[in-house]
Amino acid sequence: MIQARALAKRFGDRRVFSGLDVDVPDGGFLLVTGPNGSGKTTLLRVLAGLAAPSAGELTLPPRHTVGYLGHEPLVYRELTPLENLTLFGRLYRLPERGERIGMLLERFGLWEVRHERVSTFSRGMQQRLGLCRVLLHQPTHVFLDEPYNALDAEGAALLDTVFQEQSFEERRTWIVATHEPKRVERHATERLAFA
Amino acid sequence: MTYASDVAALARKDLLLELRAKETLPSMVLFVIAALTIFHFALPAGTSDVAARGLLWTALIFTALLGLTRAFVAEREQSMFDALILTPVDRSAIWLGKAIAVFAFLVAAEAVALPAFAAFFHGLDWRTVAAIGLADVGIATVGTLFGAMAVAGRARELLLPLLFLPLAIPIVVGGVGGYLWFLALYDAIFAVLSWAAFEYVVSEV
Repeated sequence: MIQARALAKRFGDRRVFSGLDVDVPDGGFLLVTGPNGSGKTTLLRVLAGLAAPSAGELTLPPRHTVGYLGHEPLVYRELTPLENLTLFGRLYRLPERGERIGMLLERFGLWEVRHERVSTFSRGMQQRLGLCRVLLHQPTHVFLDEPYNALDAEGAALLDTVFQEQSFEERRTWIVATHEPKRVERHATERLAFA
Repeated sequence: MTYASDVAALARKDLLLELRAKETLPSMVLFVIAALTIFHFALPAGTSDVAARGLLWTALIFTALLGLTRAFVAEREQSMFDALILTPVDRSAIWLGKAIAVFAFLVAAEAVALPAFAAFFHGLDWRTVAAIGLADVGIATVGTLFGAMAVAGRARELLLPLLFLPLAIPIVVGGVGGYLWFLALYDAIFAVLSWAAFEYVVSEV
């Protein structure tokens, strides 16, 4: 359960948002929309526990249950996909991580390039790897900030299937900020639109 | 064992990144050799051992500063702190892994710098080498903490020297004087302080 009451965030004198109430039950899907600079990314960072709110009360999930994809794929560019996922698999203490890593790389179409450096990848391939990292430890709370960014049609369709399968089979909670609400609208149980 | 294996995985990652990028260590080696060469020609013949040792320590501190400036480049440019702090890893393990990598870079740069110093000046005694080894521990622990603090700041290129150099003064005092006990005490105090403080440094990077 993610709950926020009278949430506010300021950067110096600039108020990003204030008086915000958010409720996302376990297994829910919060769709966050709004124009550039309206506070979507900041809200996701606060709800994921990556940034402290300026005011308000927050109930957050334990951090190891969170999967977060920001504007960056959050992978080391000088490492390979296999090295990146092995590192995070170790840090998340995943048993039999090799099998899970192999499955994710296959699924996201990165198995053939698993030994190549991420710095040689297109932005869309990096985004796919970022999604692999997010899902690696099977988080119960997934925060995705513009997940369709840079994905080609095949990658976007793949992400659609991830939403379909995992939100309903694994009772995963999703918090998704996107400029393409039509793609995920049907999954949303809660909505928050920034003006 | 979990803490140790987390630290090992993080330190290994940093060493691997440097092995691939080859940015930090070559710069440190070139800088320290260039600095020692300049000192060699700048000092008059017959300069005392103490003056030469002072310049060695000056070169080493600024070489370390160069390495520390690069220590968190991947975390800063690729926002990797976001990914790391969400893992169940104790945040101090992130600091310790990075400090071990910084220590390794310092030792590698000194493996080239010290023979060069010995050739340019009056040789090296074991006490100086031991002092440099102890100083490396202090530089790596304190410098890694300040490197992470500088990542969060706006004028990060200015912030790191301003934070690090004042705390490097005791290292130079202990190093030039050859006070090994003093350097060991410095290492112990600042390692504990840095270990405890890192949690708060990365709380909102």
